[in-house]
Amino acid sequence: MLDNNQLLRFTTAGSVDDGKSTLIGRLLYDSKSIFEDQLEAIESTSKKKGHEGVDLALFTDGLRDEREQGITIDVAYRYFTTPKRKFIIADTPGHIQYTRNMVTGASTANAAIILVDARHGVIEQTKRHAFIASLLQIPHVIVCINKMDLVDFSEEAYNKVIGQFEEFSSKLLVKDVRFIPISALLGDNVVNRSENMDWYQGAPLLHTLETMHISSDINKVDARFPVQTVLRPQSEEFRDYRGYAGRVASGVLRKGDEVTVMPSGFVSKIKSIDSFSGEVEEAFAPMSVSITLEDDIDISRGDMIVRSNNKPEAQQDIEVMLCWLNNSPAKPRAKYTIKHTSNEQKAMINEVLYKIDINTLNRSTEDTEMSMNDICKVRIRTTKPLMIDPYRENRTTGSIILVDDATNETVAAGMVV
Amino acid sequence: MSKYYLNYLDELESEAIFVLREVWAQFQNPVILFSGGKDSIVVTHLARKAFYPSKIPFALMHVDTGHNFPETIKFRDDLIEELGVRLIVGSVQESIDQGRVAEEKGKNATRNALQITTLLDAIESNKVDCAIGGGRRDEEKARAKERFFSHRDDFGQWDPKNQRPELWNLFNGKHFEGEHFRVFPISNWTEMDVWNYINRENIEIPSLYFAHEREVVWRSNSWIPNSEFLKLDEGEEVVTKKIRFRTLGDITITGGIESDADTVEKIAQEVSAMRQTERGNRSDDKRSETAMEDRKKQGYF
Repeated sequence: MLDNNQLLRFTTAGSVDDGKSTLIGRLLYDSKSIFEDQLEAIESTSKKKGHEGVDLALFTDGLRDEREQGITIDVAYRYFTTPKRKFIIADTPGHIQYTRNMVTGASTANAAIILVDARHGVIEQTKRHAFIASLLQIPHVIVCINKMDLVDFSEEAYNKVIGQFEEFSSKLLVKDVRFIPISALLGDNVVNRSENMDWYQGAPLLHTLETMHISSDINKVDARFPVQTVLRPQSEEFRDYRGYAGRVASGVLRKGDEVTVMPSGFVSKIKSIDSFSGEVEEAFAPMSVSITLEDDIDISRGDMIVRSNNKPEAQQDIEVMLCWLNNSPAKPRAKYTIKHTSNEQKAMINEVLYKIDINTLNRSTEDTEMSMNDICKVRIRTTKPLMIDPYRENRTTGSIILVDDATNETVAAGMVV
Repeated sequence: MSKYYLNYLDELESEAIFVLREVWAQFQNPVILFSGGKDSIVVTHLARKAFYPSKIPFALMHVDTGHNFPETIKFRDDLIEELGVRLIVGSVQESIDQGRVAEEKGKNATRNALQITTLLDAIESNKVDCAIGGGRRDEEKARAKERFFSHRDDFGQWDPKNQRPELWNLFNGKHFEGEHFRVFPISNWTEMDVWNYINRENIEIPSLYFAHEREVVWRSNSWIPNSEFLKLDEGEEVVTKKIRFRTLGDITITGGIESDADTVEKIAQEVSAMRQTERGNRSDDKRSETAMEDRKKQGYF
C-alpha cells in the first residue's frame, strides 16, 4: 500500500428493496473483503431461511433482532481497502423511524451514497437522504441510479432521475453531486465499467470513491485547537514540561505562531509542537499533538487555542439545527449538559423556532414539540460561552450534543447555524 | 511540508490517541484490558504515544484464565516492567475456587465464558469505571455496531438496542455509580491495518505470532496446540508442524495455521492474501451464529 493512501468515510442509506445491501456486498466482494468463512456462514443461513442463492443482506445485518426481522436498525460499520484508499462505510437504515441513525452515520462522512431505483425515480426517501446529507454537510454526494438493468440501461431513464433530483436539491446545500447509473446486482459501473451503457462517459462508483479530492474536506484555514488534557510528566527529565494535549480541529498551527487562549483571552506564542516521535514544525487537522507555549498560562480542558488573528465567536446564545435522538421528547426549559469539542456546560433550550418536515422540507412554527427523529431550529442558552464557528464552515467546532442529566443519555445533536 | 492531509494509518492513529485522551479526561479510574494479543499491545503502544512524555496513566488489567500460553505471560511481565505501569490480574482459577463460576464439562469445555465473571468482579473490586479494549468493528458482526464509548449497566451488561448515539467526535462517557464503560480506540482498524501499523512502528509482539515448530493436533479445522490441558480424542494424534497463531486466546481453543511467516512483513503479506477471517480459528465464536453478541451482552470483552 502506498504511503500517502487516504482514508475515506462514506455513508449509505437505504431500505431493503433499493439494493443497498447488494451494493455494499458487491463493493466488499469485488474488493475481496468478504472472507470465505463469512460467506459460508451467510450461505448456511440463507439456506436455513429458504432463500434462493446467497442473501448478501445477511452480511450487513449483525444483531440478532436485525437478522430475525431482516432489517437494519443500527449503524453498522464496514471496512474495505483497495490499492488506492481505505474505506469506512457507515451503513445506516433508510426508514424515517431511523433518522437519528442516518444523522449519526452522516456526521463523520466525507461522502454520501444515495441510491435511487431507476424504475421509481426520486421518492420521499431520496429527498430525506439528500436533506440529511445537506444538513450534516457531507462534502460529496454520489447519487447511484440503481437497477438500470430493469429499465433496459436507458439513458433517458437516467436523465429523468437526474432532472428530478436537481429540481428538488436546488434548495439544499450540497457542494458536489455526481450521478452514476449502476446495476448493483450485475455489477455494472460498481467496480467495473458497464458494457451495457456506452452513453455514460463518467467513472464507475469505486473509481470515483478512489479518486475524488477529499483533502479539502476538513477546514484547513481556521486554526482551532481544543485542549483535551494537560500533560505534566512526573519525571526529572521533563520536570517543567506543560503540554496541552489535543487534536487540531481545523486549520494549521506552526511553531512561533501568536495564539490566543479562549475564553480567557491570554496571548502567547507556540514554543513547540510535540509528538511521541519528536518535535514537529507544524500541525494540521486532524493531527493529535501536544503544544507548549512560551508563557505560563492557566489552561485546562475545554479551553481552545486559536491564532490571534482568526478567532471563533464566544457565545452563550446559540442557534442550532437540532436533531432529537431520544425516546423521551424534549422537555421545555429543562437543563441539559451541552458538549462542544472538549468543552462542557449546562444549557437550556430557550425556544423552538420551527420544525422541519424532512419529507417536504416544509417548516412548521405551530408544532414545536421535539420527539425522536425530529429536526428543529432552536435557540440554546448556555451557562458559559462556547467558542463556536458555523457548522457550514467547521464541522468540529460547529457541532454540539445534548446530554440529559437525569439519564446521562445523549438526547440531541446540533449544528450551529 | 507540502501536503496537508494524513495517510490512513496516521489518521487512524490520531483518532485512537484522541479517544485515549478523552478516556483520561472523562473517567476516574480507567484501565487497559490487556490480553497479550496484538490488538491490546497496539492499544498500549498508542496510549504511550498519547500521553508522552508522561507515563501511561492507566493500569493494565489482565484476565488470567490459567490456560495461557507461557509466552504471553512472559511478554506481559516484560512490558509492564518497561512501561512502569501497574498490573491488575483477575484470576479465573480464583473465581472457580471461590465457587463464583463452575468449570465447563465435556469435550469442548473452555474457560472462555468463565472470564466474564472474573472480568466483571475485577472491574467492580478495583472500582474501574472504564475498561479500554482492543476490540475492532471488522472482527465480528456484533462488533460492527459497537460504539467507541460503549455503556455497561451496573450488571456489566451491554444493551445493543439501546446504545447511545455517537456523532462526530463528541464522546459521552457520563455514567452512574457502579456502571462502567468499555472504550475501543481502534474500532475503525482492520486486521490488516493493525499489522501494517505494527510493521511501521516496529512494535514488539509475542513470538507466538511468528512461524515456529510446535506440537499440535488437528481439530475443528485448525491446529490446536498440545498442552497439559489437551485431552486427545480417538483418532487424533499429536504431530509437529511449523505454525503460527493469528489471534491469541486460551491455549485450549486457539488454533494455529501452517505458515512460514517469521517476520512482521511476511505476516502482513500472508494476512493480505488470506481468505478466512482471523476469528475463523476460534472455536469460541463457532458455537452459534450470535455467540459473540450473546457473550458481549453479558459483559464479555
